[in-house]
Amino acid sequence: MSASTGTGRFAAVALIAPLLVFIAVFFIWPLFTVMSQSVSDTAVLNLLPRTAQAAKGWDPESPPTVEMKTALAEDLQAVEDRQALGDMTRRLNSAQPGFRTLMSRTTRALRKDDLPDLGEVDERWNQPVYWQAIVGALSPTTDRYLLAAVDLERDVSGNIVAMPEEASANRTIMLRTFWVAALVTLCCLAIGFPYAMLIASTEGWKRQALLGAVLLPLWTSLLVRTAAWFIILQDNGLINWMLTGLNITSGPIPLIFNRTGVVIAMTHVLLPFMVLPIYSVLLSIPDNLMKAASSLGAHPMRAFLRVLLPLSLRGIASGSLLVFMTAIGYYITPALIGGAGDQMISSVIAFYATGSANWGMAGALGVVLLAITILLYAVYGRLSSAEERRG
Amino acid sequence: MLSKSKMLWLSCTLAAATGLGSVAAGARDLTVVSWGGTYQDAQREIYFKPFSEKLGKPVLDEAWNGGYGVLQAKVKAGAPNWDVVQVEAEELELGCGDGLFETIDWDKLGGEDKFIDSAVHECGVGAIVWSTAIAYDADKLSEGPKSWADFWDTQKFPGKRSLRKGPKYTLEFALLADGVNADEVYDVLSTPEGVDRAFKKLDEIRNDIVWWEAGAQPLQFLASGEVVMASAYNGRITGINRSEGRNFKVVWPGSIYAVDSWVILKDAENKDAGMDFIAFASEPENQKKLPEFVAYGLPNKEAAGMVSDEYKAELPTTAENLDGAISLDVNFWIDNSEALTERFNAWLAQ
Repeated sequence: MSASTGTGRFAAVALIAPLLVFIAVFFIWPLFTVMSQSVSDTAVLNLLPRTAQAAKGWDPESPPTVEMKTALAEDLQAVEDRQALGDMTRRLNSAQPGFRTLMSRTTRALRKDDLPDLGEVDERWNQPVYWQAIVGALSPTTDRYLLAAVDLERDVSGNIVAMPEEASANRTIMLRTFWVAALVTLCCLAIGFPYAMLIASTEGWKRQALLGAVLLPLWTSLLVRTAAWFIILQDNGLINWMLTGLNITSGPIPLIFNRTGVVIAMTHVLLPFMVLPIYSVLLSIPDNLMKAASSLGAHPMRAFLRVLLPLSLRGIASGSLLVFMTAIGYYITPALIGGAGDQMISSVIAFYATGSANWGMAGALGVVLLAITILLYAVYGRLSSAEERRG
Repeated sequence: MLSKSKMLWLSCTLAAATGLGSVAAGARDLTVVSWGGTYQDAQREIYFKPFSEKLGKPVLDEAWNGGYGVLQAKVKAGAPNWDVVQVEAEELELGCGDGLFETIDWDKLGGEDKFIDSAVHECGVGAIVWSTAIAYDADKLSEGPKSWADFWDTQKFPGKRSLRKGPKYTLEFALLADGVNADEVYDVLSTPEGVDRAFKKLDEIRNDIVWWEAGAQPLQFLASGEVVMASAYNGRITGINRSEGRNFKVVWPGSIYAVDSWVILKDAENKDAGMDFIAFASEPENQKKLPEFVAYGLPNKEAAGMVSDEYKAELPTTAENLDGAISLDVNFWIDNSEALTERFNAWLAQ
C-alpha cells in the first residue's frame, strides 16, 4: 500500500467521522442501553450482598431464617445512596406489590433503632412471598422482563409458564398494533396509488395544487390533525351531521372511539409517506410505455397490471414500508380517537417509561417490538429480492 | 491536498462545536413546572409574575402531564432543567423515598402547624387540595346523577360515560357503585376479592365508557354531548362554567380528594430560589387569591379562612363538600399501581 492511499483513506474516514460519531452516540448507544436495560437486574444484588449470602440454600416455601433477616437489616443500614435504594424498592415492588410501604417503614425503623428484628418492624417480613421476590432478584441478569413482554413468567421452581389471563395482555396489544399498522398501510395504498397516478398525469399549477394538498397536512402538527379528526368524526360532527341531514342514516353512526376512526385518522396522517415515494417512481417511468402497450392492443387494465404496476412496485414497497413502520409506533392518534380496544403497544411502553419508571419492562417491550419488526423487514427483503430476480 | 486538510479541519471543528454547544449554555432562570391550562394561567398571575418582580429576575414556567419516570429520568441524568415542580401525592411519596427531591426547610414557611396535616411532608409543601368527581351538564340533564350507582345506571341515564384511563379512581368508583361504604373502599380494594369485585362491576358498563387521559377531555366530551356524564377535576368543572358560561354540576358525595405539592428536584441549579418561591406561594396573602381563578382548596389554614363565601361553596375543602368524599390512599397506590395498571390494561384489551 502506498503512502498516498493511506492518507487518502485516513482523510475519508476523518470526513465521515462526525457522521459516525453522530450515529454511534444518538442511535447505537441508546439502542444498546435499551437492550441491556431489558436484561440487566443489578438493582437488588448491588445493595444486598450479605442477604444474598445468607439466602443461599433457603427453601423458598419455608419461612425466612433469622440470619436472612439480620443480613437484610445490615445491608439496608449500609446503604448510603438513596436513589439506589429507590431503584431496588421499585424493582422489588414490581415483583411483589407491597414493597414500597414495607421498605419505607423498615428504613424508618432502621434509622431509629440499631438492628431491630425485621419481623417485629413489619409482620410481612415473616411471609415467604416477600423473600421470594428478593431471592428472585439476586441474579445480575434476568429474563423476567422479556418474558413478561410476551405474557410469560417463571413460577417458584423456575419453569416458564403463561401469566394468568387477566394479568397481562401484551401479546394481544402487540398483535393488534401490527394489524392496525397493516390495515392503515393497505388503506394508504388504496388511496395513495391512484392519487399519485393522478398527480403524475397532471402538469403545471394542477400538479402543484395536488402536491400541495398532500404536503400541507404534513407540515401541520400531528396533534392538530388528530384533534381535527376528532371534531369531524364525533357523533355531532360534520360527517354524522351530513349523513343524518341528508336522511342517509337515521341516527349518528359511531365513527369515533373505535377502530374505524383510528384507521381513518391514521390513514390521513400517514398518506403523504405513501404518495410521495410512489409519485417519484411514477415520474421516472416514461409515459410512452402505456401508449406502446395500448398500441399493441392491450386493454388499459391489462396495460396497467403488466406494465405500470410492476414498474412502480419499488415505490409501492418503500411507501408501504415507511407507512407501516411509522404506524407501529403510533400513540397519540389511537389514544385520542380510539376506544379501549384500540390502544397500541407504544402506550404500554409509555406507561412503563414515564408512568412507573420501570425501564426494564419498557426496554423489553421495545426489544420485542424491534425483533418482530426486523423479522418482518427480513421477510420483506427476501420477497422483494425474489421479485427482482424474477423481473 | 491543502483543500483536503482544510476540509478535515473544518469537519473536526464542526464536530467539536456541536459537542460544546450544549455545554456552554449560561445560567438558567428559576423554572417552575405545573399542570398547564387555566390553572397555570392563574398561578402565573398570582405567583410567578409577582415573585419574578420581587426577585428581579425572570421566572420560567413549563407545563407537564405527570409521570414519575419523567422526574426520575431528569434527576438521574444530573443537573435537572426544572427546579420546582408541582407533583401528585404518589409522586411526592415515591420521589421522597427515592431521594429525588430536596428536603423542605419548614422554618422558611413559618412552621408546619400553619398548614393542614396532609400538606406537610419531608420533601413537599401542599399547593392545592383538589378533587375528582362526577360532572354532568345541568342544561341537558334536569335530574342529574347523585352517586356512582347512578353513574353505573345506564337505564336511568342512557348514553356514554367518561372515566380517566387507568386503575386509580376507576376501581374506587366501581366499588362505591357496587355499594361499598366510602370509608371501607380501600379495605375492600386491598384484598384480591375486592379487586375482582371492582373489575366485575366495571364489566357492567365497559361498552359505555369513553376513557380520557388529559384533564380537559371529559369536559370537551360533555360540552359536545359525546357523553352524558364524566369524572373530572373539580377545578376544571367550575373553570369551564366561568369561562364558557356552561352549567356543569359537580357531584360531591363519592368524590376523591388529594393534595398536590410543590417539590424541589435534587441538586437543581436554583434550589434556594425555589425554596423562596415555595414560601412565597404559600403565604396566605398570595394563596388566598387562587379560588378567584380556580376552585381548588388551600393548604395554608390562614389563607383558607380568608376565602369569601362566594368561592367557598365550590371548594373541595368546604365541610358540605367533604361529606361522603374520600381521601386518596397514597400508600395503597404506591404499592399497587404497577400491578393494577397491568391488570387494568389487560382488562381493557380483552
